[in-house]
Amino acid sequence: MKILYGMQQPDEGTITIDGEQAVLNNPGDAIARGIGMVHQHFMLADNLTVLENVVLGAEKLHGIGGKARAKIKEISDAYGLNVRPDVLVEALGVADRQRVEILKVLYRGARTLILDEPTAVLVPQEVDALFDNLRELKAEGLTVIFISHKLGEVLSVADEITVIRRGTTVGTAEPAATTPRQLAEMMVGSELPTPATEESTVTDVPMLTVEGLHLGQTDLDGIERVILDKVSLTIHKGEVLGIAGVEGNGQSELVEAIMGMRQPDAGTITLDGTDISRHATRNRREAGIGYIPEDRHRHGLLLEAPLWENRILGHVTEKPNSRGGLLDIKGARADTERIVASYDVRTPGIDVTAASLSGGNQQKLIVGREMSHAPKLLIAAHPTRGVDVGAQAAIWDHIREARREGLAVLLISADLDELIGLSDTLRVMYRGRLVADADPATITPEELGSAMTGAATGHLEHAEDDAR
Amino acid sequence: MNKLTSRIDKERLLLGIAAPLLAIVAALVITALVILATGKNPGPAFSDMMTYGFASDSQVYILNKATTYYLAGVSVAIGFRMNLFNIGVDGQYRLAAFFAAVLGGALTLPGWLSMLLILICAMATGAVWAAIAGVLKVTRGVSEVISTIMLNSIATAIIGYLLQPGKLAHLYQGGTVVATKPLPSASHFFLIDTGPGGELDGFIVVAALVGVAYWFVLGRTRFGYDLRTVGQSESAATASGVSVKKMVVTSMIISGAAAGLIGMPTLLNESYQFSSDFPTGIAFTGIAIALLGRNNPIGIALGALLWGFLERTTNHLEFQGYDKEILGVIQGVIVLCVVIAYEVVRRYGLKRQQQKVGAELAAQAAAPKKKLEVA
Repeated sequence: MKILYGMQQPDEGTITIDGEQAVLNNPGDAIARGIGMVHQHFMLADNLTVLENVVLGAEKLHGIGGKARAKIKEISDAYGLNVRPDVLVEALGVADRQRVEILKVLYRGARTLILDEPTAVLVPQEVDALFDNLRELKAEGLTVIFISHKLGEVLSVADEITVIRRGTTVGTAEPAATTPRQLAEMMVGSELPTPATEESTVTDVPMLTVEGLHLGQTDLDGIERVILDKVSLTIHKGEVLGIAGVEGNGQSELVEAIMGMRQPDAGTITLDGTDISRHATRNRREAGIGYIPEDRHRHGLLLEAPLWENRILGHVTEKPNSRGGLLDIKGARADTERIVASYDVRTPGIDVTAASLSGGNQQKLIVGREMSHAPKLLIAAHPTRGVDVGAQAAIWDHIREARREGLAVLLISADLDELIGLSDTLRVMYRGRLVADADPATITPEELGSAMTGAATGHLEHAEDDAR
Repeated sequence: MNKLTSRIDKERLLLGIAAPLLAIVAALVITALVILATGKNPGPAFSDMMTYGFASDSQVYILNKATTYYLAGVSVAIGFRMNLFNIGVDGQYRLAAFFAAVLGGALTLPGWLSMLLILICAMATGAVWAAIAGVLKVTRGVSEVISTIMLNSIATAIIGYLLQPGKLAHLYQGGTVVATKPLPSASHFFLIDTGPGGELDGFIVVAALVGVAYWFVLGRTRFGYDLRTVGQSESAATASGVSVKKMVVTSMIISGAAAGLIGMPTLLNESYQFSSDFPTGIAFTGIAIALLGRNNPIGIALGALLWGFLERTTNHLEFQGYDKEILGVIQGVIVLCVVIAYEVVRRYGLKRQQQKVGAELAAQAAAPKKKLEVA
């Protein structure tokens, strides 16, 4: 994908566009050849309008004034993108931002579109809308490369599927003649696990109690925004509490408040009978909170440090990493070897930097590290994001095992199947509040999705007469 | 498997040495071109530098210079490991040396005790001066670069005010020199007599101890790990439970305390008093040396020696008819080359390692039997 967009050069092999062999030395070449990319993480400036964002860096094409506006309107209408050029990007939701990204690429004259995990941040309804847009593009003769971990989506939108595993093409498939299971088996190379948990292990001993958590933030204009509004929840021993919600509705802040990285304005946090509301992050970790952060590069790893130093991160005061004030390098190294072996971290050794591992292996290392200190509570924020199917299954297994051993797990995810499959209890977060709860045994992703957009509140009952 | 790991390590070591070597060679080539451009022959200049630089009196001179530079390099490097740019080392060491000299001149205690007090006074002064910048950074968000530059000027002003006859200084040598009261000879640090080469500053022992302490604290202690974590990724450090603010202040204090020692070889081994011609600007040399030595205790030592060598030998070039400004050219070019070479080599190394790991894993995948071994 990076090679297609000219961000990296291949060692060998050729790229042929429109019957013509192409050498792409940088993204500029790719754009000139009509290749456009919509990144997983949006690259938009919040404080500019849609129009400004679109023309940024492409001022030469149609200027920055009326002609550009007309062109944007034209593209937007032609593909049904529904983009309003004069709105500030910060006022847009995730789905709208994504449409701006697509428009940006089309504006630069792209005929081949690469979409990298475009649905990771969308709720099901928005995914359907995106797919309608993509079909529109296809009908106009554009080529779309849709990269995704989500098999159902690939099957529903693609005309042809290529499965890549560990850098090689495993095979191609016709969506009409393939089931998700077959596809997944191609991806993993073996039988596919599902996120479903078996028997319930929920006890009635509360492990984590959060009471009336409130967090406000005053923005630059002096307006106070409420980020967490009276959030209360209890997780029992052996329970997985899943929190569903569109990203940016306070989930990250809730996690940071529980971890002590952010001071809430009000509310108490009790772990295993001890009030930890005023404890520092390190004390909370020592008290038995394991943390799988949502952004492992920012919060979970030292990318340029070797694996064994990463094994110490966050647990430097605990055995086997240190004794007294001194590091126990031998102990840490030996334990890193153990984690690498038992959590199946694919690496040639523990002296390579964390940056050289794939996302899945980085995540397995983090999971292994956090599970190695006998946590009482595991906070798993998007534990399988950007992780290949094989590692995903392994991580699910570890969470399930942890739950069997009496751990309390707070699971935050954008993957509704994962949430429904792993959780014992589900809560929906919307604009900083826990607005709804649901029973994962009966709820469907669609119903959960509508609650995530704020359309439904209270206890969600599965509607038996649902047309689906 | 193990073979591959060790190979990566060996490569890392090679790459680590390659960068400064590359920089120095590039600097020499550019210097040669500059000398050529001035219409002189660079060949004899370099050979003169070699013969003169390795004469025994030169060696002692270089070691004495390097002692001071080493301490400066380490003080700066402590900040660098935290991603803090402590430009204020300059003001910190001058203020520290000044107050230490005043205290030393006033003391009439047994030598070892007053020396200890002088050292403590110097480190404390440096630490306090650096702490101001640290506190400003964490409470008011002031960039440490700006505040330390200003603190340097303030330090200059304070010293200028107090270093006057009637304040804390007196007139010496027939009224031509303004200086603090000289230390009693009991509180002179010991010198090592090397015979014809002259006397080696005893403070070189302290500098070596500082280097060992630097290596041990950063590499082997929990505190050092926390400090390096903040330097590598503040967000990861926060998530791991390090209080970044506390760490900023603490490391500024340590950097300042180390800076306090920079003036000590001069004060305790050479001048024995703080006069208006006390060396200034050593901290900026320290920045260059810390960069050159890659914040590594041994690397900094090599950098300090190289700096001393260049200074000694280019001074001598003047007598051979070359311009002594060539020193500035060499030093400047080395620093520039070092910064560029490190970045190039770092990127190259990272990319290479990623490719290696990828290739290794692909090989494992191709041979499933091997994979079992790993799992």
